Amino acid sequence: MAKEIRSPLPGTFYRRPAPDQPPFVEDGGSVAAGQVIGLVEVMKTFHEVKAEEAGSNLRFRVENEEPVMAGAVLAEMD
Amino acid sequence: MAIDVIKPGLLTTIQDLGRPGYFHLGIPMGGAMDRLALRAANLLVGNPEDAAGLEAVFMGPELEFTTDATVAVTGADLPVLLDGEEQPGWSAIPVRAGQRLGFGYLRAGARAYVAVSGGIATPPHLGSRSTYAIGALGGVQGRAIAAGDRLPLGPGNAARPGLTVPEALRRLPASPCELRVLPGLYWHRITGDSQRAFFEDEWKVALEADRMGYRFRGGRPLEFVPRRQPFGAGSDPSNITDACYPYGSIQVPGGTEPIVLHRDAVSGGGYFMIGTVISADMDLIGQLQPHMPVRFRQVGMEEALAARRERAALMARIRAALA
Repeated sequence: MAKEIRSPLPGTFYRRPAPDQPPFVEDGGSVAAGQVIGLVEVMKTFHEVKAEEAGSNLRFRVENEEPVMAGAVLAEMD
Repeated sequence: MAIDVIKPGLLTTIQDLGRPGYFHLGIPMGGAMDRLALRAANLLVGNPEDAAGLEAVFMGPELEFTTDATVAVTGADLPVLLDGEEQPGWSAIPVRAGQRLGFGYLRAGARAYVAVSGGIATPPHLGSRSTYAIGALGGVQGRAIAAGDRLPLGPGNAARPGLTVPEALRRLPASPCELRVLPGLYWHRITGDSQRAFFEDEWKVALEADRMGYRFRGGRPLEFVPRRQPFGAGSDPSNITDACYPYGSIQVPGGTEPIVLHRDAVSGGGYFMIGTVISADMDLIGQLQPHMPVRFRQVGMEEALAARRERAALMARIRAALA
């Protein structure tokens, strides 16, 4: 079964650390446990979303700058 | 007689019912943004309604108890987990020393209130334990709780596990959420078209929404009645000569994005205020998530005061249900 990475917070999801920088992780990429995969902005703060475990073939389920609810699946991976 | 903070959550703060009486010095009353929810949580665990508890926003903390206690979580629909087992919200839950209280993903609302029998007993400042982070007052050294903090508890003995607030007496905002507004002193500064548009349009909660104020976006920009700006006012038509800002007042800088001031409000400044959200609806604002649709509805003083009485009657019913 695919592993899911969820947003802990409601807010706006960002895949990049800044508009002029590359994404934290490319589609299909691999992550290590604890690696940042995106940001959720709320209340004037940016909260880092980290992969709790290592995985590969990361597939984002939410677009860059899309509003998300708490618990929303941001990405799946193997 | 304490709680250890394992994970702090996002911006979890100690709040009671605040420190009224210092707004003229620029220090807001602060306190729980959903006052009814904190009062109910305290009653559930046998505390006075104004005891200090935790206000968690959007995500919960993880806490470990060093003592047996009773806890209650009210406000937002945030699943309560005791050693990983889900527990009912709006209910008194017995906790044993060494157990961990955690939370799942937020289902509805924005702020959960955690009351513990005995109340949190950090030192009061200016008569309150409420955390006013901007002014570094109250709470734990004037800040949100952090991992490693040990939160002292007062003596508690009146808790009765099993108590619950009936579902009909719990309130979270509908979607769209309606906020009732009494037009204010500067209502005449915008055109008749803009007065109508403000109440017709659907607004959305912006990401800039915190204890100080809630910003809204999405409605039409306001048009101002032309005038020569008075002495002391800034040059933008949304500027006024500095004035006091009430809690709930709605300023609209540049006429574009309304901001409703909340419990940690700034006390005054130079933006015109279109009106004020009535006191009965202030708790609802504290339960709004970003991106939620909101409509403002115009009311008069009679309706505002009737709504305040209804709100007091609801609290009286909660008190009776838990007596």
